[in-house]
Amino acid sequence: MTLLSLHGIRKSFGAVDVLHGVDLSVAAGEVVGLVGDNGAGKSTLMKTITGIYRADTGSIEFDGKDILALDPGQRRQLGIEMIYQDLSLAKQQDVASNIFLGREPTKRLFGLLPGFVDKSEMDRQAAKMIERLGAHLPSINRSVGSFSGGQQQTVAIARALTFNPKLVIMDEPTAALAVREVQSVLDLIRRLKSEGIAVILISHRLNDVLSVTDRIVVLRHGRADADLVTARTNMNEVVSRIVGGGDIAAAAAHEQRG
Amino acid sequence: MASETTQPGFWARVQRASVERLHIRLESLVVLLALSTAMAVLSPYFLSLSNFLNILLATSTIGVLAIAATFVIGSGGLDLSLGSVMGLAGVAGAYVAVNLGWPSVFAVIACILAGAIAGYINGQLVTRAFVPAFIVTLGMLGLARGLALVISQGRAIYGLPPEIVYIGQGRPLGIPMPVIIFVLTAIVAHAVLAYTRFGRHTLALGDSEGAARAAGIRVEHHRRIIYTLSGALAGLAGLLFTARVNAGDPTAGINYELTAITAAIIGGTNLFGGRASILGTMIGALIMGVLQNGLTLLAVQSYYQQMAIGAVLILAVFIDQYQVRKESRV
Repeated sequence: MTLLSLHGIRKSFGAVDVLHGVDLSVAAGEVVGLVGDNGAGKSTLMKTITGIYRADTGSIEFDGKDILALDPGQRRQLGIEMIYQDLSLAKQQDVASNIFLGREPTKRLFGLLPGFVDKSEMDRQAAKMIERLGAHLPSINRSVGSFSGGQQQTVAIARALTFNPKLVIMDEPTAALAVREVQSVLDLIRRLKSEGIAVILISHRLNDVLSVTDRIVVLRHGRADADLVTARTNMNEVVSRIVGGGDIAAAAAHEQRG
Repeated sequence: MASETTQPGFWARVQRASVERLHIRLESLVVLLALSTAMAVLSPYFLSLSNFLNILLATSTIGVLAIAATFVIGSGGLDLSLGSVMGLAGVAGAYVAVNLGWPSVFAVIACILAGAIAGYINGQLVTRAFVPAFIVTLGMLGLARGLALVISQGRAIYGLPPEIVYIGQGRPLGIPMPVIIFVLTAIVAHAVLAYTRFGRHTLALGDSEGAARAAGIRVEHHRRIIYTLSGALAGLAGLLFTARVNAGDPTAGINYELTAITAAIIGGTNLFGGRASILGTMIGALIMGVLQNGLTLLAVQSYYQQMAIGAVLILAVFIDQYQVRKESRV
């Protein structure tokens, strides 16, 4: 069942055309790798899915609904979450504030005045979510900026998973992590898949992409240049599609060394 | 590493608890107490109920402006037009009441509406025209002051109706009306900033605009509301001041933005947004009030008071940035 389908997505910033008509579809519970050289338009494409950017032309359907006109908040409500490369955390706020930012549960003050944020409920659920991820944080009442990179990543992941998403987009989730932490992110992706949650994984680490995805889409010069089934492809083919033919052997050798 | 396993010292723990639970920087409370003690020692008139009410009364106008400054700076913005908008609002109210002769309630509405409109224009320009807040509100500082002088033809408007004067000079239960209005405003503002979604989104916005946008907060819309709110609060300050001095003075509020922003920064508002509390700002405003009151009791010329406020602003930002640098090194 198709969960997300993009057709002919175009996006330009002033005179710079970034996306030239991208087609992409993701099924429920499918893990799709999105790879491409720097500047191929991967992050821009993802931000048109989350609504941070509005596509110039094209259509985006999610769960059978046209979502092109919806803002990021509305798209999150439908179940699209993204873990950003820079994590997009409010660093002076604490763990629960970040996880629930924009979706804070409210209660009535003294049973009368509505609209007050239920901080104790937020803290409780945040602690539960962090525990479910098997992570350990010094204190959930500390500002997120005082945590290590891996701990901040945990908060960003917890934020993406707390509201039962249908699609989670991860932009270079392993780029800044230690080896052990990388494994736990890959395990997490497999777990999401087993729970029927679709994942789009953007990564330069092709070994990770090959080990965890069902399909690999190669973005090149603002187009979806190739759509490969992971089980029937290999490192060489992916690399040659990314660099666009030419000196394939050298590029593949470089990738395997690096 | 040793530094990770050692418990933080008592002072550090109390500091953290104070910030997390009460949203107050402990240092500002210490400064307020030390300053008050010094004044009490230096002047026999300082420690008395009437002088305490005097300080609160003198703080009420600045305090309302400081609440506005806290919201704007906490959201990562800046409003330099607070003092001028306050002056414009006072003149607008006096013009409606005296020159037009409309009922007092319209004068009250005119004050707050004039401020809100000025703030709304600030917000529109910041979010739609992409002019930096510093420039927009600096421009508004000139625009609002000029308009106040145009409306009043450069002269104070006298002869306000008694209902308006009561707002400034009335004393139900012996407490000056401006103090009552100021304290109520502060309580509501504190609740909004610390405990509502609007307040949390305000701080998140000042912390990281990208994070707020990714979380689905309508960033530009939120900024416009905050600038409008800031203007409306400046309008309220204008009403309090005009009613207290019983005149719509077009030069009211000159340099008040300096004191208001200083009060907010002393209270622990991060100059670059993301951290702010009304309770802290109230302590900052009281520090400014005690400082001015004490210097007056000690018969220090007001020119030196102006210098003291400027010096305190720079010192407060220095200490804040020093602490931020120290924390980020750990």
